[in-house]
Amino acid sequence: MAKRTLYNKIWDTHSVAVLPTGQTQLFIGLHLVHEVTSPQAFDMLRERGLKVAYPDRTFATMDHIVPTKSQKRPFTDDQAELMMQAIERNTKDFGVNFFDFATGRQGVVHIIGPELGLTQPGMTIACGDSHTATHGAFGSLAFGIGTSQVRDVLATQCLCMDPMKVRRIEVNGRLKPGVTPKDVSLFLINRLGVKGGIGFAYEYAGDVFNDMTMEGRMTVCNMAIEGGARVGYCNPDQTTFDYLKGKEHAPKAGDWEKAIASWKAVASDADAEYDEVIRFDAHDIEPMVTWGVTPGQSVAVNDILPDPEDILDKGEKETVLLAYKHMKLKPKQHTTSIQIDVAFIGSCTNGRISDLRAAAAVVKGHKVSPHVQAFVVPGSMMVRKAAMEEGLDKIFEEAGFEWRGAGCSMCLAMNPDQLKGDQISASSSNRNFIGRQGSPTGRTLLMSPAMVAAAAVAGHVVDVRTFTQGA
Amino acid sequence: MSKITTLQGRAVPVVGDDIDTDRIIPARYLKEITFTRMGDYPFYDERFSHDGSKKDHPFNRTEYQGASILLSNVNFGCGSSREHAPQSLVRWGIRAVIAESFAEIFAGNCVMLGTPALVASKDDVARLQEIATERPGAIFTVDLTAMEVRVENFVAPVTMPASRRNALLEGTWDSTALLLANSLLVKAKAQVLPHPSGRMV
Repeated sequence: MAKRTLYNKIWDTHSVAVLPTGQTQLFIGLHLVHEVTSPQAFDMLRERGLKVAYPDRTFATMDHIVPTKSQKRPFTDDQAELMMQAIERNTKDFGVNFFDFATGRQGVVHIIGPELGLTQPGMTIACGDSHTATHGAFGSLAFGIGTSQVRDVLATQCLCMDPMKVRRIEVNGRLKPGVTPKDVSLFLINRLGVKGGIGFAYEYAGDVFNDMTMEGRMTVCNMAIEGGARVGYCNPDQTTFDYLKGKEHAPKAGDWEKAIASWKAVASDADAEYDEVIRFDAHDIEPMVTWGVTPGQSVAVNDILPDPEDILDKGEKETVLLAYKHMKLKPKQHTTSIQIDVAFIGSCTNGRISDLRAAAAVVKGHKVSPHVQAFVVPGSMMVRKAAMEEGLDKIFEEAGFEWRGAGCSMCLAMNPDQLKGDQISASSSNRNFIGRQGSPTGRTLLMSPAMVAAAAVAGHVVDVRTFTQGA
Repeated sequence: MSKITTLQGRAVPVVGDDIDTDRIIPARYLKEITFTRMGDYPFYDERFSHDGSKKDHPFNRTEYQGASILLSNVNFGCGSSREHAPQSLVRWGIRAVIAESFAEIFAGNCVMLGTPALVASKDDVARLQEIATERPGAIFTVDLTAMEVRVENFVAPVTMPASRRNALLEGTWDSTALLLANSLLVKAKAQVLPHPSGRMV
């Protein structure tokens, strides 16, 4: 049967039944769990006398609340310690796989799923976290859920779902030198809007995604939700298979060929029918910087900030005015005139080894600007170890960056890594919402890890392509 | 589980596009391991200064205390999947949210709590917000059978996905029982689908 998208195929194979409400009961192949959105769900199971239905498909770790400076227990923050004890107790009581510090596999949930080979093409994957679409990079149907839905997946391995529409986003041609997957992501959100993807799964396709590494694809799929799309995915190909081969949980020798055949079959058919197709030219994409309070409020690094007078839509204009007020920036200002106080490299968007390599290549031989606090938070213990084996930690430390333990850190700041007052950060994370980085008046500029590294050294936003010391 | 067909109450307007979940509930309140106190926190940083003094926010104004219908604009609830966001609104007293559009995860979370998230046209939302601003005592009726919101002599049609509406009308919005009923089918499905251990079937 041709003419089907990957989305349609995975939806069909995972449909269990049509419920009386008209919703589909969808089987979840892999359930990822973290400490923040799960304790209430486990408590609901206890209240109802339910068990975890498929503990062998359920994997937990802790990432959001863990401190990154010292990870010694007990944590100094009592609330964080209590939350840690809750996930330890819950995973033990319910027999759930748990990647804690002792396993050497702890890390941001969307980093460890792929690096352990748990994330595989053709799966449905759910997690109580909106950035679950990251796993779509492998050709899986992955999406964030709330805590009551975490309860449903724990208790039944299923969710009540309605199908989405599928929008194919093709980016063709070749990216210019210095333009990274993060820039592609910010560009698409800028063009399609932060609500443009509501109701859609995004299929990322075309030359740019065909040529992109798995880690790059993860960065773009990760931020699908910032464009309103709960699901984003790339079709699996040789790049996907090469990445997975040999990973701890990936299919082994006897199963590998069988797995490849099924993964190839799950890709969208050449003549698949889409609800929408949108095409962009790779040549139009420049290194991007957000200047506002939504991930869509961004400009190319060499552009000036927009003039609110040019915006016709009343609601959009008000959001832009709110952004200027919060960010303390001025219309038509050059991005390179924005001084920064903090530089943060990490998160589920850009905390992988290739991100750290890209940032290290920029800072090597330079020093962080004296007025900037700069730190690197590897996405997982395994990323951290790999980076140290390559000596990246030394490059960062010699430049004046702090080298931290794995966690979500300042991406959402529910740990000690927080902005103070109205500090402004250059951040490789995914959200620039008001208050996102821990201070109600804190300000965030989103950009690629290489751009954050360059800004850390220059002390202000700078085009990484023209970056030189003191620029 | 209760069937939700009609709700009545006063409405509180929170005007703006792209009001995200970090604004609805700052991440530091997610450090609590129960939802019990979430009702203290909605829009916290917009309602309270650093020193704890009250700022001017609809959720702080006397006239909106006890309101049960929230009126907002485009892409309400965007960002995080944190159920803490609708939990904080519901525990504050909100029973229905009406907006021009919703972020998908947020809207789904609302329904899981038995709270309709209803979409109305831009002009109708503006009119509803105007009424709630000018006459905070006005009583709004949210009617899921007729799929409309009525206030004074104004009627606004509203929409939501049919399946979610059914779940509210039939009282099956807490979905665990529905899903458990098919556990044999689920078991059969689990046996024919790939496993995260890498085991192929």
